Amino acid sequence: MRKITFAQATLEATAEEMRRDSRVFVLGEDIARQGGIFGQFKGLAQEFGHDRIMDTPISETAIIGASVGAAMAGMRPVADMHFADFMGVAMDELFNQMAKIRYMFGGQTTVPMVVRAPDGLASSAAAQHSQSIEAWFMNIPGIKVVAPSNPADAKGLLKSAIRDDNPVIYFENKILYKESGEVPEGEYLTPIGKAKVVKEGKDITIISYSIGMKDAYIVAEILEDKGIEAEIVDLRTLVPYDKETILESVKKTNRLAIIHEAVKQGGAGAEIAAFVAENAIEYLDAPIMRFGAPFVPVPFSPPLEKAYRLNSKKIAKDILVNFNY
Amino acid sequence: MLKYSKDLLKTFYYKMYKIRRFEETVEKYFLDGEIPGFIHLYIGEEAIATGVCTLLDKNDYIASTHRGHGHTIAKGADLNRVMAEIFGKKTGSCKGKGGSMHIADFSVGMLGANGVVGGGYNLAAGAALAIKKQKRNNVSVVFFGDGASNRGTFHEAMNLASVWKLPLIFVCENNQWASTTPYRTSTSVEDISLRAIGYNMERKIVDGNDVFDVYEGFKEALNYVKSGKGPYFIEAKTYRIKGHFVGDPELYRTKEEVQKVFRENDPIKRFEEKVLGENLLDEVELKEIKDRVEIEIEEALKFAFESEYPEPHELYEDLYV
Repeated sequence: MRKITFAQATLEATAEEMRRDSRVFVLGEDIARQGGIFGQFKGLAQEFGHDRIMDTPISETAIIGASVGAAMAGMRPVADMHFADFMGVAMDELFNQMAKIRYMFGGQTTVPMVVRAPDGLASSAAAQHSQSIEAWFMNIPGIKVVAPSNPADAKGLLKSAIRDDNPVIYFENKILYKESGEVPEGEYLTPIGKAKVVKEGKDITIISYSIGMKDAYIVAEILEDKGIEAEIVDLRTLVPYDKETILESVKKTNRLAIIHEAVKQGGAGAEIAAFVAENAIEYLDAPIMRFGAPFVPVPFSPPLEKAYRLNSKKIAKDILVNFNY
Repeated sequence: MLKYSKDLLKTFYYKMYKIRRFEETVEKYFLDGEIPGFIHLYIGEEAIATGVCTLLDKNDYIASTHRGHGHTIAKGADLNRVMAEIFGKKTGSCKGKGGSMHIADFSVGMLGANGVVGGGYNLAAGAALAIKKQKRNNVSVVFFGDGASNRGTFHEAMNLASVWKLPLIFVCENNQWASTTPYRTSTSVEDISLRAIGYNMERKIVDGNDVFDVYEGFKEALNYVKSGKGPYFIEAKTYRIKGHFVGDPELYRTKEEVQKVFRENDPIKRFEEKVLGENLLDEVELKEIKDRVEIEIEEALKFAFESEYPEPHELYEDLYV
């Protein structure tokens, strides 16, 4: 199968959906003339023109607010946030407007829009350009949240997000943009709300998503050397997350570790751990393990950033200790 | 005054009076404990929604505020369903999920009141962007108060509308009060429309208590915007006769101040004096309209009272498509 990068996969998805549906347009800072800071919009303005690939003022509030308004009036906007960190600037528009409009107006309208949010640690970008903030949005009913880990899902999930009649936040990791992977030719969709068991195993379930999946694979290899067969579940969607697949896997392996780059405290892992504890604690042979960032802002200096980042070897070591439980 | 047909004059009176009576009714039943939540009344500002919405059709959009009953009624929403919504009934326009602060009727282009002060500008800008993309001959209107003009959302939307030449009309209802704070102590300019200059936008100040002045000013704005020249800013000077919310003790102003406005500048009284004084409509014609409004209000009340509250299972409906 052909290999393309994550960024190219999102480009293909956007172009295909824009060709398919004239209501789809993209707006954001530095996307039309520059092609996006990570090249994820490169060439789109040439094909679709500046009316459909729109450079905006530096006004995140207006970008999200206008997307909500346009969505209510029959369009299907895709809004780029530049960095996920800047969603804070548009927070009212995201959580009080976009998320609630359908519900509080009794289903009179839909808000079909996508918010693209490049997130994660990258080259000492420091505290305000490095965060993974997906957990915030798991606490706000009315939004769907996806976080692909590879180019194939990046394409399929973005296409599904654009076609979804609900607001979808699409977290795309900045390191993953440059990574290549197999992507099928032609038309396909990756369903929102479906996790994927990417490696089967019988001894422990490792759940992750987005960049955390890189660590999940490394950890599984280390465990393999010690004779432990890990099952890896790529969650792909955080809201609504795939409860069935999680339970099925945990009931089989009887152990659970959750890995994400975001802060551990109050993270996605906390929700999944609580869900499993509530619904399958009798299947567990050991305490659930969560791995995430420490409870500090992202630091600048490279050694500090490294200390902040997930450490696969350390995770594997901790999991091995868990097996002595 | 010859340019106003009798039908138009009657429409003005009908809409203003209907809003007034609706608000008085809602106030009464809120104080009686029949209506839950918070209520913000539009009394004294009826000429603005009326002058503006009379010039719009249902394919034009409006974004409203927490003080939104008047806009909703003026835009043509079904009175029964609006009343039922405010009572929290399942037959309400939002099935009882929104209430007074989130009243909406998409079937007439009313894109919703907003519980967040200044929350409507960018939604209206987006609706205007959609109109432009769909090449429709419509406009989007955002109503907001003097207090809301101090939100950052105001400035982002003004700039966006200007650089993208959006078919958007900003209608500032300068009612002098930002909740309980006098706007002059919290706002950098006497005329909020001065801020339009910084965004290279046309502007006009109208007497918000004179439906004719609002109508004429808005007509000009509408012609300008529909010719594709971009957004327009209307500042309607008015006064909030009622408290910020029903039950507001109003410790921040004197009763005399409010009474003076009500006596001398009530938009409905001013309209009556004008049309009667100039023999444009007679007492009988006004009475007919009043009677019709009373019947509609009675019907809406009856509908609201007789409607059921939502069932607990409806809690989970209408979240996702």
